[in-house]
Amino acid sequence: MTRAVPHPVLSAVLVLMWLLLTSFSLGNLALGTVIALTAGWAVEHLHPPRPKFRRWSAIPLLMGIVARDILRSNIAVARVLLLGPNHPAYHSGFVELQLRLRDPNAIAVLAIILTATPGTAWIEFEQEDGRLLLHVLDLRSEDDWQTLIRDRYESLLMEIFE
Amino acid sequence: MRHLEQLPPWAAVVIALLVVTGASLTVLGGLGLVRLKSFYQRLHAPTLGYSYGTLLIVLASMLMFTLLEGRVVVHEVMIGIFIMATTPITLLMLGRAALRRDRDAKLGHDEAVPPRIPREDRPAEPRGQTGHGEGLEDAGLLPDAEREERERADQARD
Repeated sequence: MTRAVPHPVLSAVLVLMWLLLTSFSLGNLALGTVIALTAGWAVEHLHPPRPKFRRWSAIPLLMGIVARDILRSNIAVARVLLLGPNHPAYHSGFVELQLRLRDPNAIAVLAIILTATPGTAWIEFEQEDGRLLLHVLDLRSEDDWQTLIRDRYESLLMEIFE
Repeated sequence: MRHLEQLPPWAAVVIALLVVTGASLTVLGGLGLVRLKSFYQRLHAPTLGYSYGTLLIVLASMLMFTLLEGRVVVHEVMIGIFIMATTPITLLMLGRAALRRDRDAKLGHDEAVPPRIPREDRPAEPRGQTGHGEGLEDAGLLPDAEREERERADQARD
């Protein structure tokens, strides 16, 4: 938080990463520290919105839900790819929904989650009113994506970030 | 293969299963790029390799070198983190660029996309399932090269 170490957590993680990738020695520790401090200083000049974590305990829960959903959608998309896109049971299409999230870091995490899920692609997001355009590979008319995203990810992300 | 022989059989089987499953998912993703019909559908295919394809191969690598070297090897986690953080950026940029192209009536279309509604006209409720998409090529708006050629020839004659 001081001027010398503007992002202590980021710098600490970078030092750890440097030691993980190289073998531990005093020279590597010194070099890693210099690189981490430079990186922290560079990030400070980009003025990123500083993430504030309100509830750490919800992070493992979110990770578990995401890992399970991605596994399920991997299997679903693999099936679509094997049966072929011309199979009549599958329709792809665009879905527009409304996000309540406003924290930029939380929205970035949601974008990573939805992009990493093979069935959904994040296409466009209007920052002013929170409209999100998704492309869904296997779209069924009875699915309610608005409720799905809101209850599964958005509420947890709001607990963590806002 | 020499590495696998130094391992207990159960570990070799587990590692082989993880690698083969991860590689199959990645190949399937590559196959999807060929099989799917429109740009937006193709955005979904590589995520197979990007999500569980990478995860399974990273897990296999961690397990194998942890057992071989007798200490915890977690370098590979960095590969997972870097891929997790960088791939969405590319996919987002590609998706937005395609949407922008397809909304421009003068350019060739890949798929019927939902139009952009100006902010003041936007309804209070989101559109939900927009009814656009389907991976059908919007051929009516593709530039008609033959007609353009004829018109150009006509103009040259006049």
